[in-house]
Amino acid sequence: MSDFLGLYNFWIVIFLMMAGFYIVISRENLIKKMIGLNIFQTSVFLLFITMGKVRGGTAPIFRPEDLETMERGGSLADLSQPYTNPIPSVLILTAIVVGVATMSLALALIVRIREEYGTIEGDQILEMEHAE
Amino acid sequence: MGGHLPVLPIVLPLLAAPACVLLRRRPVVLTFGIGVAWATFALTVQLLLQVLATGEPVTYALGGWAAPYGIEYRIDVLSAFVALFVAGLGAVVLTYAPRSLAREVPADRQYLFVTAYLLCMTGLLGISVTGDLFNVFVFLEISALASYQLIAMGPSRRALTASFRYLVLGTIGATFILIGIGLLYEMTGTLNMVDVAHRIAEAKGTRTIRVASAFLAVGFGIKMALFPLHAWLPDAYAQAPSVVTAFLAATATKVSVYVMLRFVYTVLGPATSFQGSKLDWVLLPLALVAMFVASGVAIFQTNVRRMLAWSSLAQIGYMVLGISLANVTGVTAGIVHLFNHALTKGGLFLAMGCIAYRWGSVELRDLAGIGKRMPVTMFAWVIGGLGLIGVPATAGFVSKWYLVGAALERGMWPVAALILLSSLLAVVYVWRVVEVAYFQPAPEERGSVREAPLSLLVPTCILLGTTLFFGLNAVWSAGVAEKAARVLMGGVP
Repeated sequence: MSDFLGLYNFWIVIFLMMAGFYIVISRENLIKKMIGLNIFQTSVFLLFITMGKVRGGTAPIFRPEDLETMERGGSLADLSQPYTNPIPSVLILTAIVVGVATMSLALALIVRIREEYGTIEGDQILEMEHAE
Repeated sequence: MGGHLPVLPIVLPLLAAPACVLLRRRPVVLTFGIGVAWATFALTVQLLLQVLATGEPVTYALGGWAAPYGIEYRIDVLSAFVALFVAGLGAVVLTYAPRSLAREVPADRQYLFVTAYLLCMTGLLGISVTGDLFNVFVFLEISALASYQLIAMGPSRRALTASFRYLVLGTIGATFILIGIGLLYEMTGTLNMVDVAHRIAEAKGTRTIRVASAFLAVGFGIKMALFPLHAWLPDAYAQAPSVVTAFLAATATKVSVYVMLRFVYTVLGPATSFQGSKLDWVLLPLALVAMFVASGVAIFQTNVRRMLAWSSLAQIGYMVLGISLANVTGVTAGIVHLFNHALTKGGLFLAMGCIAYRWGSVELRDLAGIGKRMPVTMFAWVIGGLGLIGVPATAGFVSKWYLVGAALERGMWPVAALILLSSLLAVVYVWRVVEVAYFQPAPEERGSVREAPLSLLVPTCILLGTTLFFGLNAVWSAGVAEKAARVLMGGVP
């Protein structure tokens, strides 16, 4: 049971991932589809951030005394306090940028689709395409 | 410059892309873009020669940060080979572009086309040279975002919806890949491919690695349009401008196959991916189904471009089949088919562009009598079609030869028989076009149609001519592919 609750971050990740994925598949409205896709991507951001967390760790900015320890040739074990792994956070910064770019391109496409078809409902667009 | 050679093929088109937006004037941008594409090609030739000369992978630490902390570019024979044909096809297709674009994309948006095209090339080249897992994802998204734009430039409004569908599926695929990379990082604590390969043995057989392989397989499956994850491809290829279809068909799915190859053999290693995660028993049946279903659907298409798109799906099946056979001959077959099919399909779609330019329609029923009006284009098309079937003396034959050999080596003679049987389906769909084009009279109103202009015809003939060259003289293509396959199968370098 404690395992189950102790991994709550991962349960949130799975819930968000499935909810987002379900919205993408089930909604016909293109904007709602994009919202689902965004939730789906966000769940992965959370997955990465969770991975980088070190128990009791603080933000990975070296304090002056730790900097001195390292300069004297100390190892990570000698530090006054553990630091969180910064790499996953940095990766996710990049992934967020990618997500923003995808979202803006998708919105631009939706605007163009609405101009051409007069609707943003996927099923109506499909009907119009079959009629052509 | 010698020391920075590995990074130049990425930096050059990446910097040239925004420059195109600044230059803006149509003729200047087009000339500039073509120049950049050929220069990139020259750099990749240099790179391949360097790798072949030493036989050792060339490495480059980006920004001077040493691996495994910094991003490392690691170029072995396979990477250099893939980069070479991506840049080469990119250059040939862009040379073809100005004339073809004039009919399909408004003149005031063509500078944006060149920008997106160069960005797409950057992404594809980046994927092939990088040695860093997360960098793969970033380049994958760069090329994907650029290709959504390129597809949306298609002449009809259906291009917009095709592009949107591709965007949704492509993003899901990329996110799956990101999850897979995250899980690999969680188990190994590193993002450098070689480093992961060294450390993965400890985590072999754990559930996390299995889940990671599953996410990666699905993600790459979507990106390379492996049946049944192919839904985005036929529409996207049928609606995009002719040039874009030729470029994407020749390079984008091929690079995805390359990444899959890289993950299966270098990052996870054959032991983890085949014995640990049983990927071969997932990929092999899917590849066989793709070969038959996609070829079967291709037979019933009424639009020739859509027919070629379905045929691409079948050809992806052959490549994946080669990968899943997991012996040197099979991997060689996969790699050499990447190259041969890139040339063949690129050439065929360029020929379709010629037809669209003069004939105005690519519907099968409209093509009656085109063999007499546009003899050179149609002749080139038929050579490409023979390549799809795998007739001896075309490049397609070389890949099928290796593929059948690999299946027999594994003792899977039913697979070998299925490869030959599926080729017969290709005969049917190629013949349907030949029959309409050569044995039906052209309608009156097409009486004045002339052969396509030289600026379109020459690149088409060059590409399809090279398929004959590599069909008769497979030493270069298959020789390099075999070297690459040996390096891959050698496991941890």
